[in-house]
Amino acid sequence: MFKIVTKKELNANVTLMEIEAPFVAKKARAGQFIIFRIDEQGERVPLTIAGYDREKGTVSIIFQKVGFSTNALGKLNEGDYIRDFVGPLGKPTPVEGKKKVCVVGGGVGCAIALPSAQAFKEAGAEVTVIVGFRNKDIVILEDEFRACADHMHLMTDDGSYGEQGFVTVKLQQLLEAGEQFDEVLAIGPVPMMKFVCKTTEPFGVHTSVSLNPVMVDGTGMCGGCRVTVGGETKFACVDGPEFDGHKVDFAELMSRNVTYREREAEVSATHACRMETMGKALIK
Amino acid sequence: MANMTLTKTPMPEQDPKVRARNFKEVALGYTEEQAVEEANRCLGCKNPKCVEGCPVNVRIPEFIKKIQERDFKAAYEIVTSTNALPALSGRVCPQESQCECKCVRGIKGEAVAIGRLERFVADWYRENVNAMPEKTESNGIKVAVVGSGPAGLTASAELAKKGYEVTMFEALHTAGGVLVYGIPEFRLPKAIVANEVKKLEAQGVEVMTNMVIGRVLTIDELFEMGYKAVFVGSGAGLPMFMNIPGEALKGVMSANEYLTRTNLMKAYTEEADTPIIKSKAVAVVGGGNVAMDAARCAMRLGAEHVYVVYRRGEAEMPARLEEKHHAKEEGIEFKTLCNPIEIIGDENGRVCGMKCIRMELGEPDASGRRRPIEVPGSEFVLEVDTVIMSLGTSPNPLIRSTTPGLETNRKGCLIVNENEMTTREGVFAGGDAVTGAATVILAMGAGKKGAAAIDEYLKK
Repeated sequence: MFKIVTKKELNANVTLMEIEAPFVAKKARAGQFIIFRIDEQGERVPLTIAGYDREKGTVSIIFQKVGFSTNALGKLNEGDYIRDFVGPLGKPTPVEGKKKVCVVGGGVGCAIALPSAQAFKEAGAEVTVIVGFRNKDIVILEDEFRACADHMHLMTDDGSYGEQGFVTVKLQQLLEAGEQFDEVLAIGPVPMMKFVCKTTEPFGVHTSVSLNPVMVDGTGMCGGCRVTVGGETKFACVDGPEFDGHKVDFAELMSRNVTYREREAEVSATHACRMETMGKALIK
Repeated sequence: MANMTLTKTPMPEQDPKVRARNFKEVALGYTEEQAVEEANRCLGCKNPKCVEGCPVNVRIPEFIKKIQERDFKAAYEIVTSTNALPALSGRVCPQESQCECKCVRGIKGEAVAIGRLERFVADWYRENVNAMPEKTESNGIKVAVVGSGPAGLTASAELAKKGYEVTMFEALHTAGGVLVYGIPEFRLPKAIVANEVKKLEAQGVEVMTNMVIGRVLTIDELFEMGYKAVFVGSGAGLPMFMNIPGEALKGVMSANEYLTRTNLMKAYTEEADTPIIKSKAVAVVGGGNVAMDAARCAMRLGAEHVYVVYRRGEAEMPARLEEKHHAKEEGIEFKTLCNPIEIIGDENGRVCGMKCIRMELGEPDASGRRRPIEVPGSEFVLEVDTVIMSLGTSPNPLIRSTTPGLETNRKGCLIVNENEMTTREGVFAGGDAVTGAATVILAMGAGKKGAAAIDEYLKK
């Protein structure tokens, strides 16, 4: 059992939790992920690590309440326990030897872009950060990014905060102005990552993306997380989750990611019924 | 009085029509009377060939004699003197190509049902005695076992028996490896696996789940933590695909994924949160036990048509005879001499068919089996909405890539010497991690050998 040590709502829909998991905390590095399972009936849900404290033995996760399990996790509180928490899985962000990098985060993806930005900074790189949100209300981790970024650009789609426009607009401006990045790392919704790659491609800048495909075990067994990279089948759980964005088949990834979406809608409906019956039984 | 009936005493089974829609165990096991009746078919050969056919050399005529005498407890003790997990091997061993194929009764008629008797003995003991094993006095030496499948379970049990302080690390949230995530409930009830794990704990083995060795701890760190030897039984790894067009469509998955969702995550129950595709027509590609398991799960999950598509003939299928037989009884349609060449998708990127080509058998190839050759112009489309690839696996890279000095062969399998030791001092290995995908009993045999080798090594 793994204890929820702290819980913080970052915005209306995004929650940060620190989980007590000393083995994971000891080894976790930016870019890696964990898998959690709430209870005996729970599904295995992968989440990229948002931070860790080796001394306290805790790992931070930041998640958006989008599916059944993230909603259920969001209902738990400090002091509660979850059944399973395994990691660190996947390969860490390769930060060594990079002099000038640009980290691009989109929405809740910023949560996992942050530790990579921090890791690049610690490794001695000059870090430019571009983060984008729909509007002012859902901006997260601004102070943390400012603390590690040499150059910070905060974008909102509607201009309600920072500069108006998508992250790709700013990235395009910087590249056209002659910025020479050794590496661009994009983390966010799949379409955003795809367009970041489109933006950097003509400039020949190596661009990595962090993928979050369908996954069950996360240890290199089920093959659910396979993605096509440069025409080859790769497994996000052991070969990734970061890949060369110019080689990723995004159309395939987007298609495969909705495999269970229709099913998820059905499940939420049956779960509502289940909770209702459980409630009724309790009242009796 | 010897029973000279030429055929095995039938084992009661659930009716095929009924069991094809539930996950309860298919074969119900012998009653005491049936077991004694079948045991009486054993002639008690002086020079028992069956024992040679068994990878762990179970003392077959001796335990069968005890069944004849109705001393089932003694029978159990004889079996477990060489086989730590008889409830498992009695259910999943390919007896027809091991012990039973050597049985003299098989020359004229059917072999003695050794597997069924082994299962009976194990089940009888669990239901009537189920004494937890005693903890051997500790010798204070720590040994790490990586993986809790058949190899890891056996190695842990053997090492604990010898007094070692064993920690068994499992990557998933439940111990048991393939016995839990792969083999379905209807073939091997999970309560039986859990009982074996409980027995290990009674022997003093520490079972740590959620521990992905190679990530959370490396082999080198295990040594730093004071483990004096490591047994790697991490099992098979990443599923293989065919590299044909359409494999990325929604509705195509590996048998590992389909089985893990169904068995480990219990997606067949109402309560489980893990989703699984509800299919109308399923094609399972491959001819091994895993393919049979996937096909039979698909049927139980409500599919109207389930096809097993295999490029060679039925005789060449590597699956156990009983699995093929059960699958057919349950209405699974075998499309043998038939190979997929393309998976076809609809406008939403979901599978709507699989294009296949018929095959014929040519000359024997390197494996000794006749090589399948395409029949030109024989393409046809199988109407399916789900395709499950069951083509085997390639070894998991996590341990080999994080352990300096640990060498693997061309296929990525760990290399071991005649003492089961890898190319790293003190690191032993066995099971699928060494052999590539094989059987439960071979992994159990390797776990046993590995434990003995570790004992030898640490005594020096």
